[in-house]
Amino acid sequence: MWAEFIRRAIMQGIPLLFGSTGEIVTEKSGNLNLGIPGVMYVGGIGGVIGAFLYEQNATTLNPFLAVFIPFMCAVICSLIMGLIYCFLTVSLRANQNVTGLALTTFGVGIGNFFGGSLVKLAGSDVPSINLTATSSYFRASLPFADDLGWFGQIFLSHSFLAYLAIAIALLASFMLTKTRVGLNLRAVGENPATADAAGIRVELYKYVATCIGSVIAGLGGLYYVMDYANGVWSNDGFGDRGWLAIALVIFAMWRPRLSILGSILFGGLYIVHNYIPNLDVSGQELFKMLPYVVTIFFLVMTSIGNKRNAQPPASLGLPYFREER
Amino acid sequence: MADTEHKVKEPLFHIAKRSSIVWWKAWLIRLGAILLALIVSGLVSFLLTKENPLRIYAVMIDGAFGTKRRLWSLGQNIAMLLCVSVAVAPAFKMKFWNIGAEGQVLAGGLASAACMILLGDSLPNPVLLLIMIVASIGAGALWGVIPAIFKARWNTNETLFTLMMNYIAIQLVSFFVYKFSVPKGSGQVGIINRTSHAGWLPVYFDMEYLLNIVVVLMITFVVYVYLNQTKHGYEISVVGESENTARYVGISVKKVIIRTMLVSGAICGMAGLLLVAGTDHTISRDTASGRGFTAIMVAWMAKFNPFFMILTSFLIVFLEKGATEISTEFGLNESFSEIITGIILFFIIGCEFFIQYSVKFRKKEVA
Repeated sequence: MWAEFIRRAIMQGIPLLFGSTGEIVTEKSGNLNLGIPGVMYVGGIGGVIGAFLYEQNATTLNPFLAVFIPFMCAVICSLIMGLIYCFLTVSLRANQNVTGLALTTFGVGIGNFFGGSLVKLAGSDVPSINLTATSSYFRASLPFADDLGWFGQIFLSHSFLAYLAIAIALLASFMLTKTRVGLNLRAVGENPATADAAGIRVELYKYVATCIGSVIAGLGGLYYVMDYANGVWSNDGFGDRGWLAIALVIFAMWRPRLSILGSILFGGLYIVHNYIPNLDVSGQELFKMLPYVVTIFFLVMTSIGNKRNAQPPASLGLPYFREER
Repeated sequence: MADTEHKVKEPLFHIAKRSSIVWWKAWLIRLGAILLALIVSGLVSFLLTKENPLRIYAVMIDGAFGTKRRLWSLGQNIAMLLCVSVAVAPAFKMKFWNIGAEGQVLAGGLASAACMILLGDSLPNPVLLLIMIVASIGAGALWGVIPAIFKARWNTNETLFTLMMNYIAIQLVSFFVYKFSVPKGSGQVGIINRTSHAGWLPVYFDMEYLLNIVVVLMITFVVYVYLNQTKHGYEISVVGESENTARYVGISVKKVIIRTMLVSGAICGMAGLLLVAGTDHTISRDTASGRGFTAIMVAWMAKFNPFFMILTSFLIVFLEKGATEISTEFGLNESFSEIITGIILFFIIGCEFFIQYSVKFRKKEVA
């Protein structure tokens, strides 16, 4: 039971990990992208559209293409979302919070709209979007995982996207702390005027970091629909995970490595109500509060402690115009 | 390299901040952005429905104004969105990023629903209404002031704190919905006091939403005066412009933050009351239905001026209603309206740039 709980917590945590890693990379450039929930929806539906069209038009599914096409669709769709955000906030210098919220409205709308209308728009005669075939390719895991007892269940039973999430988080951590590009990026987020004076191309860094962040976050939507939901899209099924991913950024103190543990913890908190015996429905609803309460608690503790290494990038949320230094 | 003459590459265009702009030019730019957005959204609708774009606009207008019932529903929806927008404006003017209006509205709504359910049979209606008003305003204010206290005392990030408070409110509502549900365990409260109408806001002149609309207009006026004509409003502006200036002239920034969020939360609580007791007569997780988030954009587009917010909330609600009508008419998913709203918002957000800055293109090279 414990192994099963941890395995499920990890499955819940992976979309959060994608989302929070993406948001950390974005925030390190000084952009607070509140559009991440929308981006994740778009990433998910992008994958669904790609997989749906491929399944409808191909007679036999090629395992590589069945994974590659939805993957690329998700990447491209979330990249476009990142570009919209960057164009408005960096090039047109719009308010980041308002742009982010608009992006979330737009993205959730896109997700639910195509989720509900794709069958009709594609002129297909299937009753609903059911991508179990594609999903089975995404969910392929190591064949010997089941033979290794609890160890296999917890560590080896996941699909390639889950390991990709952890790899990306570790890579992001390495990039941010150990490379020149990461140092430059952090400089942009802490003090863009200084970075600009040092010859760092602030706008370019902001664009690239935010777009890469969006793509990473979009993969979280893809994981959710293809792995977690078995390829069945349900409107609003993704729920508030996008916001939780943003909360996780604070919890992880802007460190992708910590967000690996944090996401599994949050995933566990998200489903713990299923594992408490004799809990009625109303009690379950109270337990679902836990991730948010924990976040607030952590937010308050870090601000009271005022620890230097647990603070957001200094210029987070602030626009930067060279002429207005 | 014998050529000593330097050739400076001049960029294609450069951006200069406008020192000022005539008001009609600013509005012309905004109008242009809205028109452009309508054209783009018409194009998107056309691509998805393959219908004559003019007919699409006609359907939109019909969806918003078509019948008397729709007209009232339009008015009611504008009023509710306006109420929340007016509520968030003071905090935003102070640069306090309160994205927790959704939770504050729900807290107010939950308080009034609880009063209706628990006290509905035992108190005379006027007393009950009075208790409901106090309870919902109090609940909204409480939900708003908690993050403000932490912001004022320890500079806790308010954007994320208020965001989390939304979900705590949503789960709290879910909890009580199950507790109060009729029949037990159904997970739905249903219409509260269906027969006795205890705690329902009164209906005047047979016009169901009239009271809501009048109350919201009054709130809008009061907030306008509060922001523009009172000492409190002035303090809010100063804190929003520069906290250091505020401290220098002796304004207690902490006090202003807490007081303003009390006001903001209280009006949100009022909106919750109007939604529960004046409109739906029930409570669910979706009672606020995203208005807390939309209101931020409405308030921002109106430059935090309560009267302009009437215009901007009209625009948003009109689009929602119109796009919903398109989706039912052409058999599309109702989330279509969110896409259209998103497109319009992008254009309006983007056009502010052209109001604040002028783009100057490179002049043709003169020999």
